[in-house]
Amino acid sequence: MNWYIRRTLQALLTVYGVITFTFVLIRIMPGGPMESMRAQLIQQHQGSLTTEDMERINRIVETRVNIDPDQPLYTQYVDYVSSVLTGDLGQSTWHQAPVMDLLIERLPWTIFLMGSSITLSFALGITLGAIMAYKEGTILDVGLSSYSTFMTSVPYYVVAVLLVYFLGYQWDYFPIQGRMAPQTTPGLNYPFLAGVAYHLVLPVISVVITGMGGRALAMRGNSVRVMGDDFIRVARLRGLKPRTIAIQYVGRNALLPMYTNLMLAVGFMFGGAIILEEIFGYRGLGQLMYSSIGNRDLPLMMGCFLLITMTVVIALFIADLTYGKLDPRVQSGERHESF
Amino acid sequence: MSHSDGEPTPFERVAERETSRTDYYREILDRNVVAPLRILISDTRGLFGIGSILFFVFLGTVGVWLTNQPESTQYILLPPFQDAAHPLGTGRYGNDVLLQLIHSTPFMLQMIAGGAVYNITMAVIVGTFAGYKGGRIDEFLMTIVDMIIAVPALPLVIVLAVIFEPTNPIVVGIVITLPSWAGLSRALRSEVLSVRTHSYIEASRTMGLPTASILRHEIIPNLMPYIMINFVNAARRVIFASVGLYFLGVLPTSGIMNWGVIMNTAYETGSLYTLDTAHWIILPMIMVVWLSYGLIMFGQAADKVYNPRLRARHATTMTQETARTEEAES
Repeated sequence: MNWYIRRTLQALLTVYGVITFTFVLIRIMPGGPMESMRAQLIQQHQGSLTTEDMERINRIVETRVNIDPDQPLYTQYVDYVSSVLTGDLGQSTWHQAPVMDLLIERLPWTIFLMGSSITLSFALGITLGAIMAYKEGTILDVGLSSYSTFMTSVPYYVVAVLLVYFLGYQWDYFPIQGRMAPQTTPGLNYPFLAGVAYHLVLPVISVVITGMGGRALAMRGNSVRVMGDDFIRVARLRGLKPRTIAIQYVGRNALLPMYTNLMLAVGFMFGGAIILEEIFGYRGLGQLMYSSIGNRDLPLMMGCFLLITMTVVIALFIADLTYGKLDPRVQSGERHESF
Repeated sequence: MSHSDGEPTPFERVAERETSRTDYYREILDRNVVAPLRILISDTRGLFGIGSILFFVFLGTVGVWLTNQPESTQYILLPPFQDAAHPLGTGRYGNDVLLQLIHSTPFMLQMIAGGAVYNITMAVIVGTFAGYKGGRIDEFLMTIVDMIIAVPALPLVIVLAVIFEPTNPIVVGIVITLPSWAGLSRALRSEVLSVRTHSYIEASRTMGLPTASILRHEIIPNLMPYIMINFVNAARRVIFASVGLYFLGVLPTSGIMNWGVIMNTAYETGSLYTLDTAHWIILPMIMVVWLSYGLIMFGQAADKVYNPRLRARHATTMTQETARTEEAES
C-alpha cells in the first residue's frame, strides 16, 4: 500500500480510536461522568420523579455530553461519534456555553506557546549538541554534558515555579500571570505583540532550559557516531571544506534520528501545557482543562482532552509527511520476514 | 555400542569438576549480585546513584519506623536550620518539613516501583514479540503502538485520574504511566530487529524452540542494558508526572503523603510570596531532583554491569578461563 495512504489511514484510525475511548469512558464506566451527572440532576430534583421529569433530565444530559440515555447503545455511539466529528463537543456545565466555542478561543494561544517552546528547545539543543560533539573530550564538552544530564533530572514545573518565584514575585522583572498585556487590542500592533512576547518569556524559558539538555545529549551522541563513519573519512580525503562536511555530511545524518525525539516531544509538551499554563496563569487550552477539573465540568474536560489529542495527532501527521520527503527510506516501508 | 569400555557416550559423560550446593549458590551470588555491585561502586556515578537510591529506601523504611508522624505544632513557618527540634523548619500548619518529607517517601517508592515495573513488563512483552515475530504481527502491533504514542499522555492520565480517583500508591503509579509503555516498546522493537537475524538465534529457531523461550533466553538478555536504562527512565517519568499532578491537586490529595502534595499545600497557602516561607516548597523539589538525578546516574553506571569483560574481572569465582568462555558466549 502507498505509504501516504497508509499514514493517513493510521491518523484517521487514531482519531476514531480516541473518540471511541471517550465514549466508553463517558457512557459505559460505572460511576463515570454520565451516571454521576444524572445522579446529580436526580438528586437536585425535589420530590418524586415523573416520566416527564426523567425525560427532561435525559434531555439535559444529552445536550451536555451528546449521549441520549434513552436510545439503545449503538445509536448512542453513532450519534456521539457523528456529533464529535461535526465539531459539536457538547455543552459546558460551568460556563453554560458550547464547549467548542470555549476551546477555539484558547487553541491558538496554546499552539503558539508550545510551538515556540518546542522550536526553541530543539534549535538550541541541536546546536549545543553539535558543538559538544566537535569539542568532544574538552572541558567544554564535559561541562556541558554534565550540565545537560543534570537538567534532564529537573522537572519543567520546578523550574517554572522557581522562575515565577524569583523573576516574578521577588524581583518583579516579568509578569507572574496572563497571556497578554492589559489594555492592548489583539491584532498586528506593536503594544499587543510586545505584551504577548513578554508574557511568553518565563513559560518558554522553563521548558527550554529543561528540555534542551536531553536533545543536546542525543544530538551529541548521533554526531559522534556519524563522525566515525567511513564516508566522513572519504569526504575528508576528497579535500572537502570542514564546514561543508560538518553541515552537509555530519549534521544532516545526525539530525535524522532526532526526528523520533521530536515526535515524542510534541505529545509530551502539549500534554505538559496543563501544568505549565496553570503555574503561569496562561489562559490556554491546558489552563482551561485544569479549571474544568476544579469545577467538575466533565463535558469541558473531555472536550479539552479530545482537542489536545487531535492537535497532537495532526502535528505528528504533518511531521511524518515532511519526514518522508527528507528521508526516502521510510516510504519504501520496512517489512521484516516473519518467524 | 559397548558401555563399559572406551569413550563414554554423551549421555554418560559427567562434569570433570564437582560443585557442592553451597559452592553453586556462592557462585550465583558472586556473579549476579556481588560483581555487579562492585562495578557500580567502582564508578563515581554508580556510587552516587546506588547511594541515593539506598538512601531513599532507607528513608522510606527505617526512617519512617524511627520517626513520628508529622503533627501540627505551635511553631508556624519556622525557617530551616534554626531549631534542633525542627531541622528543616515547619510549614504553615506547624508541620515539621523533615518529617513530612520522610513520611512521604514510602508512597513515592511504591508508586515508582509500580509504574516502572508495569511499564517495562508491557514494553518488553510487546516490543520483543513484535520485533522478533516480524511480518503481519509486527505491523499490527506497531500500528496500535503508534496510535497510543500519538495520544498525549498527561491529558489522558488526568482524565483517568479524575474519573477513577486512585489512591493506592501502586495503582497511582500504573495509572500515571498507563500509555507510556508504547514508546518504550517501539524502541525495544528496533533493538530486537538488530539481533533477530544473528546466527545463534537462527540456530535456536531451527532447533524448534518455542518463541517464548527464544525471547526469554536469547533475546531479552541481550537487551538487558537497554532495558535497565529504560527502567530508570520509566521510574523518572513516574516521579515527574505524579509530583506534577499532585502539585496541581488533580489526583486526590486528602490523606496522602507525597512530595507533590507538600508542594501543593505550600503553593496553595501562598508559599511563593515571601522568602521566609519558600523552604516549604523548595525542599520537596530538591528531593524530586535528587532522586531522579540519582536514578539517571544509576542507569548510566548500570550500563557497565552488563559488560561481560568488566563483570568477569570483578567476580572472584570466575577464573580467566571461564571468563573467556562466558565472553565468547555473549
